[in-house]
Amino acid sequence: MDGDSVKLIGFWASPPVLRVKWALALKGIEYQYVEEDLSNKSDMLLNYNPVYKKVPVLVHQGKPLAESLLILEYIDETWKQNPLLPHSPYERAHARFWSKFVDDKCVPTVIAAFSKGGEEQQKAAEEARENLKMLEVGLEGKRFFGGDKIGFVDIAIGWLPYWIGIVEEIVGMNLIDADSMPKLNSWFHAFLDIPIIKECMPPHDKLLNHTKAFLQVLTSSSSP
Amino acid sequence: MGEVKLIATHESFPCARIEWSLKIKGVEYEYLKEDLSNKSDLLIESNPVHKKVPVLIHNGKPIAESLVILEYIDETWKDNNNHLLLPQDPYDRALARFWARFIDEKCVMSVWQACVAQQGEEKEKAVEAALETLSLLENQIKGKKFFGGEKIGYLDIVAGWLSYWLSVLEELGEIELVNAERFPFLHEWANNFINTSPIKDCIPPREDVLAYFSFGINYVRSMHGTQ
Repeated sequence: MDGDSVKLIGFWASPPVLRVKWALALKGIEYQYVEEDLSNKSDMLLNYNPVYKKVPVLVHQGKPLAESLLILEYIDETWKQNPLLPHSPYERAHARFWSKFVDDKCVPTVIAAFSKGGEEQQKAAEEARENLKMLEVGLEGKRFFGGDKIGFVDIAIGWLPYWIGIVEEIVGMNLIDADSMPKLNSWFHAFLDIPIIKECMPPHDKLLNHTKAFLQVLTSSSSP
Repeated sequence: MGEVKLIATHESFPCARIEWSLKIKGVEYEYLKEDLSNKSDLLIESNPVHKKVPVLIHNGKPIAESLVILEYIDETWKDNNNHLLLPQDPYDRALARFWARFIDEKCVMSVWQACVAQQGEEKEKAVEAALETLSLLENQIKGKKFFGGEKIGYLDIVAGWLSYWLSVLEELGEIELVNAERFPFLHEWANNFINTSPIKDCIPPREDVLAYFSFGINYVRSMHGTQ
């Protein structure tokens, strides 16, 4: 696929963008990265993603694609080396199911747990923990969601514990701990140890400060 | 190619999607009717995460979430009836998935909210939001018989609720969203879709869908009423 033009429009602190960076790195695909200022969205972004106006957007041979999980599948189907999704339809269905579960259930409840106050926060934290614990079902008997090597689900989910850790530092609440979620905890550490994964992660302190500001906005908009 | 079971309820359009796909592929299956007010052990064991229908069980192995099941069916029975649901080209596949998610995440929710909202400014705003999502779909179907081209495809199946369930929601919500004047292409597609076999062979009686949605709407309205 020489001479292909691949462009990724992203934002340094965005988890969905990170998923795409990991996928491109794992496949060894060269690309041009364009950092977007989300407070002042470019015409290019609005042109490429008129429906959601969000990052990431992958542009391949001039054709834009939005929505990170879809982009991952596109990358996997277009560049066949180092497959991300498993081979069997049943395993693929499971990979899609867990990735969707994280986005539809885990993320909203984690955000709620960190942005609400008082009794509501306790309830939200409980729900978030339940959802996170559920992920261990997908890890049953495996080192990574992808088996011995990381795969689609690992890169779909891998950012979440890192972000949770950052917010735990800020808010002083614990969502993932080694006792109640041993499998998830050891998976996360093994995942983060992988050089190609670590390389793409945003710097800890920079992300911490950015997340503090983000949480402030969240909590001020959700208070009565 | 093995034993296929479907745990479903007949009023649910996510369940209808699965029946349509299995019939298009000519796959025989056993229909297991679920009572959602008294969930079966089988449902809870097969879908412990969400405890929802539809669930497809193929050779004893369960798969949940309608969009996930659709892709599984397409991959597992890819040569059946010479009818692939998803396009072959990776970019076209990605676009089909994009619009499918848009339908499930934006369109369904906005239509539901327009339906449930009480008369007044809230309802007007909700209707406007719903119309916006539908106008994007109108652009997608323009110039095509089906979203899948000449044959029904993945996106037609995902959008299929617009051809039948929508009119029930419109009736209950006292709104009109899709008509021939406002969305001529979507309107025509809906008529084509609902009148094509095997789609028309497995749609539930209107009064059942009416009862099912009424219950949901009254519940939501009563929640708002107590706040």
